[in-house]
Amino acid sequence: MAGPAATAGRPRLAVWKFASCDGCQLTLLDCEDELLSVAAEVDIAYFLEASSAVGPGPYDLSLVEGSITTPDDLRRIRHVRRVSKRLVTIGACATAGGIQALRDFAEVREFAAIVYARPDYIATLERSTPISAHVPVDFELRGCPIDKRQLLEVISAFLAGRRPFVPAHSVCVECKARGNVCVMVAHGTPCLGPVTQAGCGALCPAFNRGCYGCFGPMESPNARALNAQLRELGMSTPELVRVYRTFNATEEPFRQAAEEAESDT
Amino acid sequence: MTHKSIRIGGLTRVEGEGSLLVRARDGRVTDVELNIYEPPRFFEALLRGRDHTEPPDITARICGICPVAYQMSACQAIEAACGIEVTGPLRDLRLLLYYGEWIESHALHICLLHAPDFLGYDSGVAMAADHRHLVERGLTLKKAGNELVAALGGRAIHPVNVRVGGFYRAPARAELAPVAERLRRAREEALATVEWVAGFDFPDVEHDYRFLALHHPAEYAILSGTIAVSDGTGFAAADWPAHIVEEQVPHSTALHARLDGTAGYLVGALARYALNGRQLSPLARSAAEAAGLGPVCRNPFRSIVVRAVEILHACDEAIRIIEDYTEPQAPSIPAEPRPGVGHGVSEAPRGTLYHRYRIDGAGLIAEADIVPPTSQNQARIEMDLRHLVEPRLDLPEAELAALCERAVRNHDPCISCSAHFLHLHLDR
Ligand code: SF4
Ligand code: SF4
Repeated sequence: MAGPAATAGRPRLAVWKFASCDGCQLTLLDCEDELLSVAAEVDIAYFLEASSAVGPGPYDLSLVEGSITTPDDLRRIRHVRRVSKRLVTIGACATAGGIQALRDFAEVREFAAIVYARPDYIATLERSTPISAHVPVDFELRGCPIDKRQLLEVISAFLAGRRPFVPAHSVCVECKARGNVCVMVAHGTPCLGPVTQAGCGALCPAFNRGCYGCFGPMESPNARALNAQLRELGMSTPELVRVYRTFNATEEPFRQAAEEAESDT
Repeated sequence: MTHKSIRIGGLTRVEGEGSLLVRARDGRVTDVELNIYEPPRFFEALLRGRDHTEPPDITARICGICPVAYQMSACQAIEAACGIEVTGPLRDLRLLLYYGEWIESHALHICLLHAPDFLGYDSGVAMAADHRHLVERGLTLKKAGNELVAALGGRAIHPVNVRVGGFYRAPARAELAPVAERLRRAREEALATVEWVAGFDFPDVEHDYRFLALHHPAEYAILSGTIAVSDGTGFAAADWPAHIVEEQVPHSTALHARLDGTAGYLVGALARYALNGRQLSPLARSAAEAAGLGPVCRNPFRSIVVRAVEILHACDEAIRIIEDYTEPQAPSIPAEPRPGVGHGVSEAPRGTLYHRYRIDGAGLIAEADIVPPTSQNQARIEMDLRHLVEPRLDLPEAELAALCERAVRNHDPCISCSAHFLHLHLDR
């Protein structure tokens, strides 16, 4: 892949936001030790949360946070793609629709009516969709929120013109690497670790808690086997459905796992 | 007849998406619209039918900058519905976690978002070119806060260790010792930060604010308490819906809150300081005095000083909690659901945050109501702008627009930025 090194001067970085909580872009500002060195390597040309200076495109690397939920977003994401050489989505909102995609399983008009007295003032789409549903994406970084070390890896990789090294295996592998006791085997705590992509460093099990899937499904997960185990541990069908329908509910393997749980009854 | 309108398409250095429109005619400001066009995410709707254990994780995703505030208000509301109260070392741990968020959020706002206004830079990063050590000090302070949140919560953004009834795992004393060490250094940095920001050049502006903040008899209220209002009225958390009503305005997706029928009260740093300032730690109190804040500060531009004082207080209190900490017998207390309603209020770094849940017989959420600080402050921010702009309508356009943006940033509103730019239309 051709890197942006070809451009004259420092590569230009842009950070964009769609429907989201700001947590993923904040991860960049949370790189306290690295922020100023990153800023020395790249020109932070567009980052509204951090800077009032707005530099014009094109940008060598765009980081996109948030999902597409309004008619205006549809227009804006095409613009972002046009002005970006490389486009990387950051977080569950941008890669999977986020928590706001729970509307996909309901009636959005009903949702709006619960929250607003005049839902007609609110312009919103019926579904919350990931960025890749609308424009080509060069790389998707998962997590709700993303992991800071993975973010730095992705930025450095793109600046160096190489593919980022982000593992696709399950949280279980990270648990073993960290020396965590398996919460499912030792305590009978339901855990989505076996079907969830690594990246967080097996955080929840380290705190005696089952994984709740915030990094989304790993590559080819065996959710059917996990569902049987979770039922064994006493989870009911609605509980199983809810556990998959959180921050990555519309990612195919999780969507399917919830549907299978429903049809198994 | 002269018309003037200031339009700021994408407010920068604030959290979230917002824009601003100010219109004037014949020397009078006719309209001020702070437009929050953050796309609605419908949390109150998607919470329905979820288990009563889920709101702390789900509502954390409302805001990446103050997830702990959402977790704390949610937990307490649900616990109230279940008829339990978290006390003793578990409550201390919650306070400790919350202080961590206060330190990192205030340090972020002061150093990266707000201070550049006073020194004439576009960003904290640009400011670092000339004032590297100041920005680095801010970042170290922020990091100390993040490390505290991560030590207790697993990670700084959307901590995983919080649950209804307490925590999944309580830290051992030994785990917290290095954090305390860090905080002792942070306390020095916080003190230096108060002195630094107190020396800024502040516009000479005062507003006649009606303040609202949580109040607790024994501490500078952050985690829990009753609601105090500066005119002497006050009420219990459970009476919130009787006093505070949100209404929708066409120009914004954030609702406007009214207090006893009137809009335009203020929550946040200035309100807490005015209502609870005497309860700050002795060190924070003397720093506030030395900074010339007085018992009440009505100049919104000086809120940056109040925030710095609050960081100092948070460091002080966090160190005290760690020193006194005894490990709890269990990391949480059981929270058996029962049908009913619970209210939970806590002080997010940017102001009072209220949650209410109705739980049904199956332990599921039947109804949720969340009133964030920004929807309470929106009307008041519009009033600030009106008072600020009217006597200055003759200023050059760019200067006026910049002043408006600064006035919005004073309140650290949590509206989550967008692909727009700054306009100012002048029509004479
Ligand atoms: S993925 Fe999670 S952390 Fe990131 S913006 Fe969305 S809600 Fe926030
Ligand atoms: S263990 Fe699972 S839920 Fe917990 S942080 Fe990691 S991926 Fe997210």
